[in-house]
Amino acid sequence: MVWEWFRWLAETKGINLTIFYDDWDRGRFFAGVRTTIHLSTICIILSILIGILGAWLQKSRFRIVRGLVQAYIQFFRNTPPLVQIYFFYFAVDALLSDYMGISGGILGSYGWAVISLSFFAGAFNAEIFRAGIEAVPESTIESAESLGYTNAQIYRYVTLPLAFRVCLPALNGNLINLVKSTTIAYAIAVPETLYVSNQIWSDELNVTEMMYVMWLTYLLLVGALVWVMHRWEKSIRVPGFGRR
Amino acid sequence: MENTRTPWKSYLAMTQTDLPVMKPFQLAPAKPVGEVCLDILSQRRFCLCLLAVLLAWISVDAAIAQSSGGSRPSALETILRWTPLIFFGPSGEVGGFLLNILVSFMAMAIGTFLGLWLGIGQISLIGPVRKASWLVTQIFRNSPWLVLLFFFMLLLPYEVEILGKRYEVPGWAKATFALSLPVMANVSEIVRGAIASLPTGQWESAESLAFSRRQTIWSIILPQCVKRMLPPWMNWYCILTMSTPLISILGVNDSMALTQNVMAAEDRSEILIPLYLWLMSWFFLYSYPIAVLTRRLERRFAVKQ
Amino acid sequence: MSAAKWTTDMPIVSLRDVHKSYGAYEVLKGISMDIMMGEVICIIGPSGSGKSTLIRCINALNDIQSGSIKVEGQEVNDPKLDKLALRKKVGMVFQQYNLFPHKTALQNVMMAPIKVLKQPRDEVKKRARMLLKKVRLEGKENAYPGELSGGQQQRVAIARSLAMNPQVMLFDEVTAALDPETVKEVLTTIKDLAADGMTCILVTHEMAFAREVANTIYFTDRGVIVEHGPPDTFFANARDPRTREFLSQIL
Repeated sequence: MVWEWFRWLAETKGINLTIFYDDWDRGRFFAGVRTTIHLSTICIILSILIGILGAWLQKSRFRIVRGLVQAYIQFFRNTPPLVQIYFFYFAVDALLSDYMGISGGILGSYGWAVISLSFFAGAFNAEIFRAGIEAVPESTIESAESLGYTNAQIYRYVTLPLAFRVCLPALNGNLINLVKSTTIAYAIAVPETLYVSNQIWSDELNVTEMMYVMWLTYLLLVGALVWVMHRWEKSIRVPGFGRR
Repeated sequence: MENTRTPWKSYLAMTQTDLPVMKPFQLAPAKPVGEVCLDILSQRRFCLCLLAVLLAWISVDAAIAQSSGGSRPSALETILRWTPLIFFGPSGEVGGFLLNILVSFMAMAIGTFLGLWLGIGQISLIGPVRKASWLVTQIFRNSPWLVLLFFFMLLLPYEVEILGKRYEVPGWAKATFALSLPVMANVSEIVRGAIASLPTGQWESAESLAFSRRQTIWSIILPQCVKRMLPPWMNWYCILTMSTPLISILGVNDSMALTQNVMAAEDRSEILIPLYLWLMSWFFLYSYPIAVLTRRLERRFAVKQ
Repeated sequence: MSAAKWTTDMPIVSLRDVHKSYGAYEVLKGISMDIMMGEVICIIGPSGSGKSTLIRCINALNDIQSGSIKVEGQEVNDPKLDKLALRKKVGMVFQQYNLFPHKTALQNVMMAPIKVLKQPRDEVKKRARMLLKKVRLEGKENAYPGELSGGQQQRVAIARSLAMNPQVMLFDEVTAALDPETVKEVLTTIKDLAADGMTCILVTHEMAFAREVANTIYFTDRGVIVEHGPPDTFFANARDPRTREFLSQIL
């Protein structure tokens, strides 16, 4: 089998890639990769929803709502994401579980990682969506109005498609940053790729090999996402707008 | 007869709107003066609210401390007592919040220097140089920062021998180097983007005046790029500063690590949230003015186009 | 390619059967021209006929697929050509002026002789002031391009190219982007230049100017030179029907 070649490699050349020939390690590593992909996907979806909500609330009539949304955005943009995740997992969790009388925390580390990362990326997304909507000129909206579209229809058929195309490059950048930020979940012992790799090299003492494998894995994951995003951007680009 | 003529100014405004042209995509567009004033007022009200919450917490906290008969100090006193440690680090070594700032300065300086060369390499006429620069930029742009920290902090030697004497390489030095690499990649992209945004006429007129490519890049192209590069560069500095607490995971005694030590030492649940908020406020107070300045510079430089 | 030593009785710029394509689209389909020293040439024609491409090829800003271009006997199409040496002989002024916005007018004019020709700074400064005076911009030495009008910027661009002491000056539709009032000041500058004996090759739409200043007028259409001749016979008795049609549309 292919895996056996790696065992030969370890014994003869000293390049010890246990994740390939050892079933237990292989299982662990790929479970870690699956966790990373799973975590990234959920956080991407949630942060987009939070971003849409934030962008919409920023147009609210009530100044207090606008103020709260601004406070949320500035808070999450100007504080370190690592401290945010610790804050949620240790401080907020302890407070809420004391308050609700549950011992041992309400959400596990995975849950709090999702919440922390989604709100972190959501803050940036709200700004990005708002800038996209504001880039649609009023004259276009007015011409839609004079054609008889209702407000909701304008939003759906005119504003959102144009705003989306304009903000897609910035949004993609933010989502790629989000995928890279999932490594922060290591700090609260979420079994994603970095954490699992750490476990493996602590057990098998093959630090150098696992480092390279882990780095390459992340490059492949992020690279695949970058490639997909670029293809998407190209396919929906409106000729004449956007980048010179 | 009724005066139905539209005022001249709004005619002017209408004719200046080209159809259909997208307005510039600005992450923080310029606001009219009136709205800015309203924002400041609402911020002031917000700050007042924050101040009120803070005072409420202090008084409740003092009351709890009183009721325990003075044996346990209030949370506020505890936090203030530990603040010098978290800010300056343990005595005799560089640490704490100052270490975070120091690491961010040095990583930014090194990363900017390397990134400038890498960005120029990306527009090189020599194929291998261009491709290699592109590859290095992409690799370090797409690597998670924590992975790079692990890689370099665990794989770089912990001591070096120079001229026969052994020197220990401190953890924060390795961390600074590791953090300077993604900065290098992002600065490289900023440089490349700024150079690409200059009109080709500048290159052509320099070429027809018999400037060599090197002279063109250093005397004509790069000086014009500096203004365009400044806002995204400052933005990356903020991002870098927000990422410096990652070094605490690898055992460096920065403010995050010391905060965790303090919480372990005190072992009191009521200082958890206030202590975290206290630490986050330092980062906030450091980074928010830079972000505001960045936006202002963005606006100022964009208008002159 | 061993060239016979160039002397002033040979053409200073000589094109032979020049072909240029952008990908599959052929822009120049066999251009041949001879320009003697001191001559003023105007190239006219409809847009897309290849006029701008033609003079950019003379300056080696664009490369050619086949044919030969010789400047002072030196083959431009030679891959071993020293482009910098060529550009010291041939100066070019563009439609979009392309001044360096971060330098004053005087610095724009001074930059190239100092950095490229390595001439001493004081000499260059004196010459630069004289050149700006010649293009009637005395007093505007310390203005930045952003503070100058289009016509003034174009004249600074002309002075900038003259500072390199070229043998041939190429003008690529230099008045096309200017208001009608400022066109005259630029054309006067070019007229003075021609009167001083500079070899000028202009791509232009200004027919009155061409008639007044040019020694020969070339008409290009769809990548070939249809007709050429001295201005009086050219405008009065154009031989080719395409030329007559073009002239009737614009005159």
